[in-house]
Amino acid sequence: MREFFHSVTLDRDKCKGCINCIKRCPTEAIRVRDGKAAISPERCIDCGECIRICPHHAKQPIYDPLSVIGDYKYAIALPAPSLYAQFNNLEDTDLLLTSLRGLGFAEVFEVARAAEIISDATRQYLARPDVKKPVISSACPAVSRLIRVRFPELVPNVLPLVAPVELAPRLAKREAARRTGLPPQDIGAIFISPCPAKVTAMRMPIGSEKSELDAVVAIKDVYPKLLHLMKHTDAQPVSASGRIGMGWAESGGEAAGLISTERYLAADGIENVIKVLEDLEDEKLGELDFVELDACAGGCVGGVLTVENPYIAKAKLKLLRRYLPVSRNHLVADMNELAAWDRPMEYQPVLELGGSDASESFARYSEMQRLLKALPGLDCGSCGAPTCQALAEDIVKGVGSFDDCVVLMRQRMEAVLRALSINPLPDDGKKEN
Amino acid sequence: MAAAETIELHYQVPGDDFTRAGEASADLKARLKALGFPPDAVRKTAIALYEGEINLAIHAGGGAIDVDVTPARIHMVLSDHGPGIADIPLAMSEGYSTAPDEVRSLGFGAGMGLPNMKKYSDEFSIESTVGVGTRIEMAVLVS
Repeated sequence: MREFFHSVTLDRDKCKGCINCIKRCPTEAIRVRDGKAAISPERCIDCGECIRICPHHAKQPIYDPLSVIGDYKYAIALPAPSLYAQFNNLEDTDLLLTSLRGLGFAEVFEVARAAEIISDATRQYLARPDVKKPVISSACPAVSRLIRVRFPELVPNVLPLVAPVELAPRLAKREAARRTGLPPQDIGAIFISPCPAKVTAMRMPIGSEKSELDAVVAIKDVYPKLLHLMKHTDAQPVSASGRIGMGWAESGGEAAGLISTERYLAADGIENVIKVLEDLEDEKLGELDFVELDACAGGCVGGVLTVENPYIAKAKLKLLRRYLPVSRNHLVADMNELAAWDRPMEYQPVLELGGSDASESFARYSEMQRLLKALPGLDCGSCGAPTCQALAEDIVKGVGSFDDCVVLMRQRMEAVLRALSINPLPDDGKKEN
Repeated sequence: MAAAETIELHYQVPGDDFTRAGEASADLKARLKALGFPPDAVRKTAIALYEGEINLAIHAGGGAIDVDVTPARIHMVLSDHGPGIADIPLAMSEGYSTAPDEVRSLGFGAGMGLPNMKKYSDEFSIESTVGVGTRIEMAVLVS
């Protein structure tokens, strides 16, 4: 069985077995079993919704501690552009980027630079005659994984280029190795991330055999340290990115960065993304060239590892990029190989009813309908599955039981007690309806 | 088991609630996906049925959709007691529409509904009587 990695972990002591996360998960990947939440690794798409909704902070994102910087002789900081929008009164990104050295980084390579190169490469890809339109962005790991399990028809539409977060370490490490002469194992590329899904993208990439990223640290962990460092740092000229690169931090930024077309759509928030993908499948969205989809509301600035409110962050980005040139990075011929996927995305039918042939899947379907008629239809979540339909599906797949239904169990128990002439409820003098 | 090899579904399309038009085709699409039908067949079915469903809502005052699904074929019958179509070849031509203004303002009424239903399905037939109603039968075959 394939080994999975997902960027969310459960603190079992904090988990109360409530139904919040199971109801919120867009792929119905979570069940409560024995009073604790369990995530099905085949269905999880790393969108982070369960992390957001858990009222007990039991669902926690996975990322590397800042100490990982010390694991490398030469650590390269790869800040996400969303980092720039986290600070009050920041007028010049050079101050922020210079201060990163104070964390132990030898060098800074902005992911925004790689983003501008990917924008350039996307422009070129869109101009090819044989491309299935609309092209769908591949930068958000949760969206790519969602398409992979739920939208097989749209798999060929996904842009077969790596995300900026993957191109950046490839370029940075190549450069650094050339300049310092250090062996590869001494050079570490560390992403400063707004979201944990990028950890999954690093450990189990789509489209690449292996990621060149070495670690992912959280924006929320570097934030307090940078606040302090920036007070004592003199800004050096470090920034080498423009408006397009910075714009990738918010929803619509990647699409607007194409410049060559106005026929695009940008949607953010996982439920909105699902609606758009459903309509795209049905060819309801007209003649579009490009579709940008971000799982987090507001785009990457809305990731769970950020500090600032995403909409305030968007406002800050507007101010920060006011005087910047449009783009300071372009695709150069020898980057093509680094930017392209080296293996295709393949549909994973984990959400299907299953069965080895049509006969078996039809049989499972019929059995599911039979079970649904018997189940109460309350979608209460007490059985540990988000809906009665999900429980019925679990039962036909052999991972659930009809006895899990608490509502029916209560009815059955009351019938038994009545049959034995036992009053099912304690007599406290009040009339029962 | 032969009995398990056909799935029958029935939908009522309301004639007075335009925001709900599209629910039947979305529901059928979700079931076909869960059953593991090839994406191509799912897409064709979803598009053809959506167009028919919208027609029932816009033109016919609502109607009924009966679907029977086997591993090899998705078969749909759309029937209504609407005004009927006087000139079927005209209705089937691209760009011809009798959609009312409030519907055109929502972006519909391009006159591509019936032609698209024929284009996306593998079998298509239509019969209609003015003042009585219309019956459309179509099927998507699974290759």
